[in-house]
Amino acid sequence: MNSAGYGGGHKTQTLERALAGRSLWADARARLFRNKAAVTSMVVLAIIALLAAFAPLFSRYAYDAIDYSVVSCAPDWWPAQTTCNAGGTHWLGTDAVGRDLFVRILYGARVSLAVGFVATLVSLVIGVLYGATAGYVGGRVDALMMRTVDILYSLPFIFFVIILMVLFDRNFFLLFVAIGAVVWLTMARIVRGQTLSAKQKEYIEAARAAGVSTFGIITRHIIPNVFGPVVVYVTLTVPDVILIESFLSFLGLGIQEPLTSWGVLIADGANIMESAPWLLIFPALFMAVTLFCFNFIGDGLRDALDPKDY
Amino acid sequence: MIGYALKRLLGAVPTLFIIVTLAFFMMRAAPGGPFDSARKLPPEIERNVEAAYNLDKPLITQYGLYLGRLAHGDLGPSFKTKDFTVAQLISIGLPVSMRLGLLAMTLAVIFGVSLGVWAALRQNHWQDYSVMTLAMFGITIPSFVTAPILTLIFGVYGITLFGHDFSLPVGGWNGGALRNIILPVIVLALPQIAIIARLTRGSMIEVLRSNYIRTARAKGLSVQRVVLHHALRAALLPLVSYLGPAVAGILTGSLIVEEIFGLPGIGRYFIQAALNRDYTLMMGVVICYAALVIALNFVADILYGLLDPRVRLT
Repeated sequence: MNSAGYGGGHKTQTLERALAGRSLWADARARLFRNKAAVTSMVVLAIIALLAAFAPLFSRYAYDAIDYSVVSCAPDWWPAQTTCNAGGTHWLGTDAVGRDLFVRILYGARVSLAVGFVATLVSLVIGVLYGATAGYVGGRVDALMMRTVDILYSLPFIFFVIILMVLFDRNFFLLFVAIGAVVWLTMARIVRGQTLSAKQKEYIEAARAAGVSTFGIITRHIIPNVFGPVVVYVTLTVPDVILIESFLSFLGLGIQEPLTSWGVLIADGANIMESAPWLLIFPALFMAVTLFCFNFIGDGLRDALDPKDY
Repeated sequence: MIGYALKRLLGAVPTLFIIVTLAFFMMRAAPGGPFDSARKLPPEIERNVEAAYNLDKPLITQYGLYLGRLAHGDLGPSFKTKDFTVAQLISIGLPVSMRLGLLAMTLAVIFGVSLGVWAALRQNHWQDYSVMTLAMFGITIPSFVTAPILTLIFGVYGITLFGHDFSLPVGGWNGGALRNIILPVIVLALPQIAIIARLTRGSMIEVLRSNYIRTARAKGLSVQRVVLHHALRAALLPLVSYLGPAVAGILTGSLIVEEIFGLPGIGRYFIQAALNRDYTLMMGVVICYAALVIALNFVADILYGLLDPRVRLT
């Protein structure tokens, strides 16, 4: 009885939905906003991004202002015994040359988030165009293009990134390119798979019959229709890229002083964590929270765009 | 099957060739050379040194010479570490890295699979949610954060439980003593545990829904038997294909872990070689890593074909 009642209710509900005529994207958005973890993550991320963007407004200290009177001082509220306290305005304490940690974390967030978004964008453009072309053109071109991706896939790319960074003097621009070049491969594979199934559809045939060029079909019809899985993968790529950048910076191959990124802050903090653990804990916390948020949003998007699970 | 294996092995040759070529020319495109930073030698002697290592010849000739020696299995002498060939250095470092990697992998499979199965059996209960939350932590928090934090807790502060001192050394190899490798191995294993737990949970849930599991349960077999004998076998298949990427992940992880804990593995060589422009050593390490990744991907694919008769390897 219970199930019958439920089924009936469900039916009228779907009927109403059908009358309202909701698109896939509106549906997905509604489902995404019902996901508490994803919504919370979006809010937290927005706060971090705003803090990073307007960093100078939130602190009275410059990110590179050295102050030898407060070297490696704990924040005032630090629970454990410390050698010195930094005073009320250094909210998260100071680093080994007396720079304010809070403002440095925000500047680090700028670099980390910027690298995350730009490198992801690079990988998105390359991956989508490459994958869609391979999938749509098919045949020998597809075989050749995907074989290339397969070979590149088995290269230990992180080593090439390290070689690049070491040899070309930690060029900031090269960092974007190097990371983007590593992460586009998976994107290309996903897009190709989606394209293969999309190109069987009638609307593609209709477009071809109407005389639309191959390039036009790929950009106007294929790419918009394979976007769902791509969006999900993008949200999962950003944290990956942030990790790679931090990894490089941690090894001393990324961002250079006095500029900073989360990887640099964590590396510096790890060096003096015995006397000043806050220098490790706070940057690590900011980075972990950001990575969590991206992962939750990615998971939420995947659930929202893939109605199979419901 | 044998035909497939041969084909794959032949396919590895161009891949390795591309790796060697890319690495070679990328290194040479960079400014500086292995003998730059040392005390300034008189130009005549410098020319002699360069001639001895063929560095005075055109780049393409050097490349040909290197490939020729490589084909004979000769990785050449190290440019920076005196009296050592690259092969000798790798044979010293590789066992250290292998030991760490194998232990971490074993740990990851044991814990990852058990946690994943447990979560799948209690799907949508608190056990499931807590395992998946932990897995999320394991995936998002990188090893260069877990390593210092664990050292801080176990190495610097030290833990004393029930009168026993559980503190661990903060670094060093010490001949591979258990106390020295516990922390590095755990740091390496954590992200892999998380990923394996997620994978196992996902495939286990799918398998548990299938008809033959229902049949087995209907026959009256115990849950334990069904899970261990019927479901687990099928559920572990995706794990086998994850083997290749997992090894790659552990290798990159070991780069960080060896640096942080000061372990003499080949990951440290790589960074030193890159900074010192030790061309031959860097090539040696890159080739070594690449060969490992390719070999394990190959093993994973073969295993997959053997374990799952539905997969046809052609």
